[in-house]
Amino acid sequence: MTRPELLRVEGVTKAYPGVVANSDVSFSISQGEVHALLGENGAGKSTLVKMIYGLVKPDSGRMTLNGAAYTPAEPRAARASGVAMVFQHFSLFEALNVAENVALGMENPPPMKELASRIKAVSEEYGLPLDPARMVGDLSAGERQRVEIVRCLLQDPKLLIMDEPTSVLTPQEVDILFKTLRKLSSEGTAILYISHKLEEIRALCDEATILRRGKVVATCTPRDRSAREMAELMVGATLTPPARAGGAKGAVALEVAGLSVASPIPFGTTLKSISFKVAKGEVLGIAGVAGNGQDELLLALSGELLAAPEAVRIDGAPVGQAGPTQRRALGLVSAPEERLGHAAAPDMSLVENALLSGALRQALTRRGFIDWAKTETFAEGIIKDFDVRTPGTQVAARALSGGNLQKFVVGRELSQTPSVIVINQPTWGVDAAAAASIRQAILDRAAGGAAVVVISQDLDELLEIADSFAALNEGRLTPPRPVTGLTVDEIGLMMGGAHGMEVAHHGH
Amino acid sequence: MIRLEKRPSPSRFWQGATPVLAVVLTMIAGGLMFAALGKNPVEAIRTIFWDPLFNPQFAAYSRPQLLVKAGPLILIAVGLSLGFRAGIWNIGAEGQYIMGALFGAGVGLAFYPAEHWFIFPLMVIAGAFGGWIWAMVPAILKTRFNTNEILVSLLMVYIAQNLLASMSLGLLRNPEGGGFPGSRNLSQYPAASNPELIAGTGMHWGVIAAFVAVIAAYVLLQRHILGFHIKLAGQAPKAARFAGVNPTGLVLLCMGISGALAGLAGLFEVSGPAGQISIDFNVGYGFTAIIVAFLGRLNPIGILLAGLLMALTYIGGELAQFMLGLPAAAIQAFQGMLLFFLLAVDLLSNYRIRLGATGEAAR
Repeated sequence: MTRPELLRVEGVTKAYPGVVANSDVSFSISQGEVHALLGENGAGKSTLVKMIYGLVKPDSGRMTLNGAAYTPAEPRAARASGVAMVFQHFSLFEALNVAENVALGMENPPPMKELASRIKAVSEEYGLPLDPARMVGDLSAGERQRVEIVRCLLQDPKLLIMDEPTSVLTPQEVDILFKTLRKLSSEGTAILYISHKLEEIRALCDEATILRRGKVVATCTPRDRSAREMAELMVGATLTPPARAGGAKGAVALEVAGLSVASPIPFGTTLKSISFKVAKGEVLGIAGVAGNGQDELLLALSGELLAAPEAVRIDGAPVGQAGPTQRRALGLVSAPEERLGHAAAPDMSLVENALLSGALRQALTRRGFIDWAKTETFAEGIIKDFDVRTPGTQVAARALSGGNLQKFVVGRELSQTPSVIVINQPTWGVDAAAAASIRQAILDRAAGGAAVVVISQDLDELLEIADSFAALNEGRLTPPRPVTGLTVDEIGLMMGGAHGMEVAHHGH
Repeated sequence: MIRLEKRPSPSRFWQGATPVLAVVLTMIAGGLMFAALGKNPVEAIRTIFWDPLFNPQFAAYSRPQLLVKAGPLILIAVGLSLGFRAGIWNIGAEGQYIMGALFGAGVGLAFYPAEHWFIFPLMVIAGAFGGWIWAMVPAILKTRFNTNEILVSLLMVYIAQNLLASMSLGLLRNPEGGGFPGSRNLSQYPAASNPELIAGTGMHWGVIAAFVAVIAAYVLLQRHILGFHIKLAGQAPKAARFAGVNPTGLVLLCMGISGALAGLAGLFEVSGPAGQISIDFNVGYGFTAIIVAFLGRLNPIGILLAGLLMALTYIGGELAQFMLGLPAAAIQAFQGMLLFFLLAVDLLSNYRIRLGATGEAAR
């Protein structure tokens, strides 16, 4: 099968102060090809696609599109050449409706009425039904992604770049998306698909380029390789899955009963009568597509959001009205998803950030006066135990890479001999080796008798470390079930199926 | 092409060097302005910065004025800086300063002409209370009804000013003053006066209170968990919630401290340098202290230096006006330049300037 070449990237290099993001990267995509860009976090995938989309200029190297030199100065130029991109983080206005959001992303939007009918036509043609008049704030994450995709499709792209598109989707929604992408590819649109989910890539992609530390380490045909082989190419080492101790469960340490609270976040999700119990030594995994109440649940458990006194109990004591400090005193630690600004103060040093949540349990103050030497020792301990890569403890938190800060934040909480642990997205943005060590640390705490709640959008992660499994869907939690014996289909249904879009592909 | 690049961490060198650089730049730009006005720039700058302290003819009068003027500025600014650090904007220190003077003077005058050792300490407490209660109004309105403390505290200034006028004409007017507005002179009432402690220095209890406040604020911010929480709440409010900081408590605390310190400054002023409650009681410190707080980078030591520098430019500016005939507007412009350059070069501590071609397209 020889299709005409669409995009060729040759010897592209891009360096940032202190790090070479891309070094002599070359690959090519043919028309209608679904090409995977594989690599760990920090391997240079994002930088590479930003160059193709005109957000970043390469230091050296060249790109050609349809044989002609391609040097987009800005995304507008890239779009004009037929390159479109769907970002991992959506750029949508929640207070505007679908059609208005689409119009904002177009150079010369047609009149609203015409645009609305075109949105309807295109979205139905590709099996992604959308109501142009709905407010984006009311849409699920999967539906929001459809708005982004439809916005790209209206421009009739020759190359569609998708950055981690499935991280916000349920398994059923992933199937629908893949059907759409296959249809696009059969019509000649090339797709550059960025992911680190290997089974997806095997199912969808024709070719794969694997990046490691900014360099192309391999190109392969995903269907001919096993997921394990590709993972080892990505990481450059053999992987060992974390070991489960599987010890006996103790008494209930954290009990949530009928927890209902309104969200403090605009367009947030109200928690509706959430109930679950976690015993000592148990890991409860809570899955769900982003924006279904994960942030609110963490706030309600950490004590930043107060609820009815009896709604949350730690070791039997009602703490619904207790703030974060009182809950920490009872042994509960928590790690929010947003690292910079919530879990850590960006402009403060790592020592100060160690004090932020560690002051009480680590006894870092005496009559209110801070023991800086002891705090420094605590910070150094976290850095050493969790392999945080930093020039020192006096560095501002914002100077750390996302993955390193994540290791620091999770490490800070796990180092406080907690009896109850609540973590949202423990390994978000962390490379595979570090993710494995964070998971291992969580399992070790559980084996030591801590009750653990892990909220995550990474199903593989949850299935790997959780004993029981529940899913958040529009602020409601399904009853927890033991992980053993759960099928992916069942999990998908617990997560809310395809949010009412099962009909989407019946016609095809 | 000039480009700014954010530093990974703020530069310690530039944090120390920027104030010096700013003063040098102000001298150059101010010198050019004075030259354009037809004055000798070297002489003008010497008159502003040097003569008040070292000229044998003026120093005897000017030098004590430095502490007299800097004392209340520093005392108020230190209090304000704690709130500003936490993102709590008390703009009404002027009103709290006036109320501290009224409460303190009121207590003192109530005892007139008795002589007891406890009168002055009681006045100090009353002064702090007066400022505190005036700051509690915007604080409680903010925590209970989510009103904007900037507006409320500012409006409370106008109420305080009218109260001041009413008091000096009515309740607190000197019965033996022959009908002139203004209270009895507290500096002539030993039990209630705040005298110059060391002759010829300008040192009075208010200046000592200012120095104590600087040290206490420094310790609070560097060593105490409360100071840490204040900084945290200002830099990352969500992280402060996560750390267990109670936002309501913090608003009440910061507004309370800044109000009480402003009230103290008012009390020390009315019982010392000013001497009496009057319609034109030495006002303006409460607003100038906001500038001093920012000039000092909201850092207690910085505020100490900024307060002294600000006082110096006021005293030197007055001297330049009557010695060289410089217009008052030129002096104000000069002071404005100082503020401008201080804030402008502050950029260097967080950014580095890069010259040459851009490596990356703007996003």
